[in-house]
Amino acid sequence: MTDRQPGFSTLAIHAGAQPDPTTGARATPIYQTTSFVFNDADHAASLFGLQAFGNIYTRIGNPTNAVLEERVAALEGGTAALAVASGHAAQVVALQMLLKPGDEFIAARKLYGGSINQFSHAFKSFGWNVVWADTDDIASFERAVTPHTKAIFIESIANPGGTVTDIEAIAAVARKAGVPLIVDNTLASPYLIRPIDHGADIVLHSLTKFLGGHGNSIGGIIVDAGTFDWSKDGKYPILSEPRPEYHGIRLQETFGNFAFAIACRVLALRDLGPALSPFNAFMILTGIETLPLRMQKHCDNAKAIAEWLAVHPAVAAVNYAGLAGDKYNNLARKYCPKGAGAVFTISLKGGYDAGVKLVSKLQLFSHLANVGDTRSLVIHPASTTHSQLDDAQKTKSGAGPDVVRLSIGIEDKEDLIADLEQALA
Amino acid sequence: MNHDTYSDIYVREILNGVKTIAMVGASPVNVRPSYFAFKYLAERGYDMIPINPGQVGRSLAGKPFVASLRDIDRLIDMVDIFRNSDAAAAVVDDALALNPLPKVIWMQLGVRNDAAAAKAEAAGIKVVMNRCPKIEYGRLSSEISWMGVNSRTLSAKRAPIPTGSFQRMSLNRASISGGSTGAADRAAQDKPK
Repeated sequence: MTDRQPGFSTLAIHAGAQPDPTTGARATPIYQTTSFVFNDADHAASLFGLQAFGNIYTRIGNPTNAVLEERVAALEGGTAALAVASGHAAQVVALQMLLKPGDEFIAARKLYGGSINQFSHAFKSFGWNVVWADTDDIASFERAVTPHTKAIFIESIANPGGTVTDIEAIAAVARKAGVPLIVDNTLASPYLIRPIDHGADIVLHSLTKFLGGHGNSIGGIIVDAGTFDWSKDGKYPILSEPRPEYHGIRLQETFGNFAFAIACRVLALRDLGPALSPFNAFMILTGIETLPLRMQKHCDNAKAIAEWLAVHPAVAAVNYAGLAGDKYNNLARKYCPKGAGAVFTISLKGGYDAGVKLVSKLQLFSHLANVGDTRSLVIHPASTTHSQLDDAQKTKSGAGPDVVRLSIGIEDKEDLIADLEQALA
Repeated sequence: MNHDTYSDIYVREILNGVKTIAMVGASPVNVRPSYFAFKYLAERGYDMIPINPGQVGRSLAGKPFVASLRDIDRLIDMVDIFRNSDAAAAVVDDALALNPLPKVIWMQLGVRNDAAAAKAEAAGIKVVMNRCPKIEYGRLSSEISWMGVNSRTLSAKRAPIPTGSFQRMSLNRASISGGSTGAADRAAQDKPK
């Protein structure tokens, strides 16, 4: 059965992990160590020179983290991955390999509020200039392309509105512009959408959300699709030109179709430092083993609750791509037929005050700033995650003042509906 | 045979079956991919012979360079070609003039010459093209997994431990196919040659 391709659930459990060769431990051990001894001076030199595969120091790589990396790479259909301390760290590490001061990247306006902040302020201070475009208007991405554009950044399912992005249409713009398409796949997880199958060159995740899934560990990951030719036109010198840090090696020439993941590890992670704790990697790995089961239940619950809310007299609108008649339902049917995720927004007829009242009256839904937990969560984005945006940005990113965001957990849906019913009464 | 994909069994049998490897186009410059692959394979016990007519008199990882396949005084199991696809034809012709013939002709990542491969196969030689033996060894042993690379293998068996050193994994590891990398494979085929 060597050439039989394993299915998604098999990969979610096995990819990257094997019994420990020395102890036989079946679960992945937590290699809670900063450093690894060398065989001899020559072995050390080979590792530092990237000539051998192996472990040096946990800021650069760790065997527990490596299992997580290989597993997510396999689930996404990528060639390699690099786990880092958070989703935000994944974004800074990945973009640092592509942009230099004065360069631009195009980003979808509908994004996680934290990403909008990071791009607008922190990245601006690095001289990386974000140019916003609208996923409802593909031509706005084409118009935004300039000779300084180095990447296009979108979310597969956008936070907080739960809108589904036409990845293939934007991948076509990226191909024409000769730049990589980066897709944040956090809200879909590879169980619902595999962006690489639709033309993404790099996939990012906040592992904190559905992949880890239990609300206990922060983490992020960068997946290299192995599809982009970094050396074709000199636009990505970090990958195509000799690296002085490594005595003049050229990363793409040396590492081929996993060069981007290696660059992120041996340059950006090594030098910027946002390493993931092996303990967090272990927690996230354990979560991933049940991703297919959890994600389906999240989606089934979300659809049932969205349908119930859609006909509730206190609710003005439900923005959930899984609802028939939703603006994004056709895209959801195309890109995520198993379900449209579990994060969506509602707006209440009673406006801001009704939103505040709903959040305070809910008993099972936790009021907090996260999504993708086993528990159901609720937040008022305008006063929290998106509070640092101005009103126009809030509305454009789907977080207007009357909007409440729900992240539906995997409790019994009848209990969640009963909780919403009493809170809306 | 089909040279777009190779089964893990085919590649593992080759890497397990060969002992002496002549690397045509080996570079003494320690940042070149051929140097990386040469050193890695030498460290894993292969009897490596560097071939490069411009480097005769020098050595690579303690092994003296020789000018061509014809100048080697012992049996060669595998010829590993680190030259461009066109130049690979002449190297295959040189390999076919050896007596006895090598068992395997391996063309490196990015190197593919179907006509030369057909000639070698007609003579009973196994051929691998557009692959790196270092990456394949790392993948099948799972050493490459330490770098977060998708080894495209799965295993529920405890792998044997190579003796004499650590941070090494055995090529003799039971595995089945793991996560595929279809998009990367298609991109490689679509890349203008």
